[in-house]
Amino acid sequence: MTSLALARALRDERHGRLDMLPYAKALDLRFEQDDDEVRVVMPFAIGLVGAPGRLHGGALAGLLEIAGLAAVIIAQPDADRMPRIRPITVTVDFMREGTPVETFAAGEVTRLGRRIVNVAARAWQYERGRPIAAANLNFLLDWPEA
Amino acid sequence: MSDLPPSDLPRPVLDLAARQRRFVQRFLDGVPHLNLLGITFDSYGPDWAQLQMPYAPQQVADPDYGIIASGAIFTLMDSAAGFSINLALGEFLPIATIDLRMDYLRAPALRATVSGRATCYRLTRQIAFVRGIAHDGDPADPIANMAGTFMLNRPEKAVA
Repeated sequence: MTSLALARALRDERHGRLDMLPYAKALDLRFEQDDDEVRVVMPFAIGLVGAPGRLHGGALAGLLEIAGLAAVIIAQPDADRMPRIRPITVTVDFMREGTPVETFAAGEVTRLGRRIVNVAARAWQYERGRPIAAANLNFLLDWPEA
Repeated sequence: MSDLPPSDLPRPVLDLAARQRRFVQRFLDGVPHLNLLGITFDSYGPDWAQLQMPYAPQQVADPDYGIIASGAIFTLMDSAAGFSINLALGEFLPIATIDLRMDYLRAPALRATVSGRATCYRLTRQIAFVRGIAHDGDPADPIANMAGTFMLNRPEKAVA
């Protein structure tokens, strides 16, 4: 199960790639974490561009969703027992244009339920205090039958 | 063109719709992130546009379930929304997404082509309001619902 592979990577490694998710691989995403959080990093690539010289909003939304997913996974008590995790609603505010540089994102679980997890995620480039996009994400967890 | 020698050969006839279609597809070909995901033009009307995303492996979030990443569907809808605004305006203006909400109603069928259809239902001087759906063949049975607002960057008018 992919979320299991991802959960084990996040449990065992401080940083690494997210190639187990093909879409994350297409965005060239990697993760880095410390004791507080997981950050997802998206290096600049031409394939991320929407309007000339700007990142496509969809690429930023994709980055925020993967950062949210990572936050849900590390909030689970047991990395060896993972539900299937699906976004149900995703609302993204775009605050500043995404320039052609590396972008970071991190999600914070605001409520961890057994079935619904609410996450606030932010993406930034030069300065964490100046986010370029933010997302509210609500994930549904499907637990395997016990 | 006037310096070309006259030709008796019949000129290839392209009707207006086909020419517009080629124009729009050429525009889309210039957007790298749409190329990355394989998003192409489908159809449009006075205030709506539909784009298509034929299945491709790089769209998949979870290979265990073959599920298309919601981020890819977000990109599809954001781009369809931008097109619908240009059509409703009747001109091309730079626009910026203010916020966009997606509700993911169900998973698309495996390896399905996902279509994103957006309608610009209200324009003000500065803001465009758009709603839309993503579907995998039947618009009456959507896989996602979208609502978004966009900033219109109209050229500054000289104030007397």
